Amino acid sequence: MPTTYLEAIREGIWEEMERDENVFLLGEDIGVYGGAFKITAGMLERFGERRVVDTPISESAIVGAAIGASFNGLRPVAEIQFADFISCAFDQIVNFAAKCRYRWNAPVPIVVRAPSGGGIHGGPFHSQNPEAWFVHTPGLKVICPATAYDAKGLIKAAIRDDDPCIFFEHKALYRRIKEEIPKGDYTVPIGKARVFREGSDLSIITYGAMVYEADEAANQLAGEGISVEIVDLRTVLPIDEETILESVRKTSKVIVLHEATLTGGVGAEIAARITEKAFDSLDGPVVRIAAPDVPVPYSPPLEEAFLPNAAKIVEKARWLLNY
Amino acid sequence: MAAVNRATSITLQEAADSSEQAELARRFLYHMSLMREVEDRIERKLYRQGKILGGVYVGRGQEAICVGAGMAAKPDDMLYPCHRDLGLYFIRGVHPRQVFAQYMGRVGGLTKGRDGNMHMGDLNLRIVAIISAMAASIPVAAGSAFALKYKGTKDIAFVFFGDGATSRGDWHEGINLAAVQRLPLVLICNNNQYAYSTPLEKQMACANVADRGPGYGIPAEIVDGNDVFAVYNAALRAAEHARRGLGPYMIECKTFRMTGHSAHDSGSYVPAHLWKEWEAKDPIRRLETLMLERSWADRATIDEMNAGIRAEVDAAIEWAEKSPYPDPATLTQGVYAE
Ligand SMILES: Cc1ncc(C[n+]2csc(CCOP(=O)(O)OP(=O)(O)O)c2C)c(N)n1
Repeated sequence: MPTTYLEAIREGIWEEMERDENVFLLGEDIGVYGGAFKITAGMLERFGERRVVDTPISESAIVGAAIGASFNGLRPVAEIQFADFISCAFDQIVNFAAKCRYRWNAPVPIVVRAPSGGGIHGGPFHSQNPEAWFVHTPGLKVICPATAYDAKGLIKAAIRDDDPCIFFEHKALYRRIKEEIPKGDYTVPIGKARVFREGSDLSIITYGAMVYEADEAANQLAGEGISVEIVDLRTVLPIDEETILESVRKTSKVIVLHEATLTGGVGAEIAARITEKAFDSLDGPVVRIAAPDVPVPYSPPLEEAFLPNAAKIVEKARWLLNY
Repeated sequence: MAAVNRATSITLQEAADSSEQAELARRFLYHMSLMREVEDRIERKLYRQGKILGGVYVGRGQEAICVGAGMAAKPDDMLYPCHRDLGLYFIRGVHPRQVFAQYMGRVGGLTKGRDGNMHMGDLNLRIVAIISAMAASIPVAAGSAFALKYKGTKDIAFVFFGDGATSRGDWHEGINLAAVQRLPLVLICNNNQYAYSTPLEKQMACANVADRGPGYGIPAEIVDGNDVFAVYNAALRAAEHARRGLGPYMIECKTFRMTGHSAHDSGSYVPAHLWKEWEAKDPIRRLETLMLERSWADRATIDEMNAGIRAEVDAAIEWAEKSPYPDPATLTQGVYAE
């Protein structure tokens, strides 16, 4: 039976809760209701109210309390109902959790889970990809899985990690992505990218839902005899520079792709590192494909125009290949 | 010292007979019934037909709150609605067709397709678009109240929110700021006893939202939120207090959310007896009964009004469906002043 991306995250959390009594969950509507997206369905029944805590609508208190609980030996997994509302807990994350280890050698082993991303007609407040806000914050780890396998392995790794991890789950992948994954324990290392598809003519460096748009574009280009390599970053902080540079050295042409808006995005950082460290290998400019610098619009034709997709990737890829 | 006031709400039974009351009742009924009809079509027809995508939140059973308070506001008062306050828009002159177009992502909607559902506003009508993050609107409304006072007007701001929103820091910061600055702000809570699936006892350890008023040094009263006259009269008292420069005033309207949280949620976590209990307190049926008892209207007049609303809504939907989708070429326009 294939496992969905959503079930994979649930399985990962579930197994960690079975393994370690110190792991507990807190968030809005996660207990009785099983979470707005049902990630924590069944957990209240299995683990009880002590370990599955329904909170008031208080994002700052959710994350703040998670940090405090971690000082006393617990391993909190906090859910933010929509990633868009993670800004309500911003101060606790970027000014406290992220700086504790450096300032006074205090580890903050917490996970903040947040469903992110567009393509679900959520409009400006239920579709954002806010990872870049956190990538700009030393001390955090920022994880954006694309596959069910990675979602499970990375949530488990994040729960075991001794630093604060922000775990973005792409809402459009929850039920759309299904695959066979191992039952039982495994982890995926944080900070390691993976080559999602091997190729030789062009590299696409991406993560999250855009991995599938890149794959679709690669399928179309394969029909034209063009071989595309896709690097799925999986973690956007820290960035796995080595895997990126290796791919760039192999193909000499590179597109950096993300669903989040362009300016100051993760893609800018990656493009800068490629030009700094693999300039001699490049056979053309580093091309960024991202959403334009506007809020995520609601109306379907606007949202479609907003989101990067396979057609837009193919067009840019052809341009770059002819460069 | 401000105290929680539980005794001053005027109930339906106490409302005095007069032609003015009758006229007021007719206007209440029109706005409440229009809101119900528009939201029923949105939630039970258009959403299910796939003509509306994304989140749909309605105020079924809570119509008396936004209509009662909205009618107590003066046209120049600022309104900060929450997601179950559609009636405020109609009171300010928004046409139902604009609301349907908004929900369908068409250019005829208030946000021209940029945002969806109840996330709409119009500064010309002095209605501020809902801020999706619960309670974020409280400090903002305090800022409006500050400006209205600063400019020496007698206008005030009304801000609407649910019981769940009261758990956010922004709620507390906004009220405290308004209180120390004595800003002309009327705070209207729809306490519908649930925030999504979270019941009140998991939201707060005190019995009433209004219990928090004295903690900030502001008066707070509790009213029957399904009694439109009670809400209206309380809002008039609150507005008078604010207009006289005495600072913010809180009204907690006890009510019940007669749907799931949104169209995709059946509300399975709500005990069945609560649905039954509150169905009997439906604010629209109650108002109709009162009007019939007082001979403010007869059944035929009410039926005629409802038929008029249905026809108005039919035409509005037709108009909205013909309204075009926004041109994708406009995607990047309007992020900054042009
Ligand atoms: C800061 C924030 N967190 C979470 C949400 C998701 N959310 C939307 S409405 C809602 C419940 C709101 O409850 P309440 O304030 O009581 O209003 P009601 O829906 O009952 O009218 C939640 C949790 C949100 N909009 N904002």
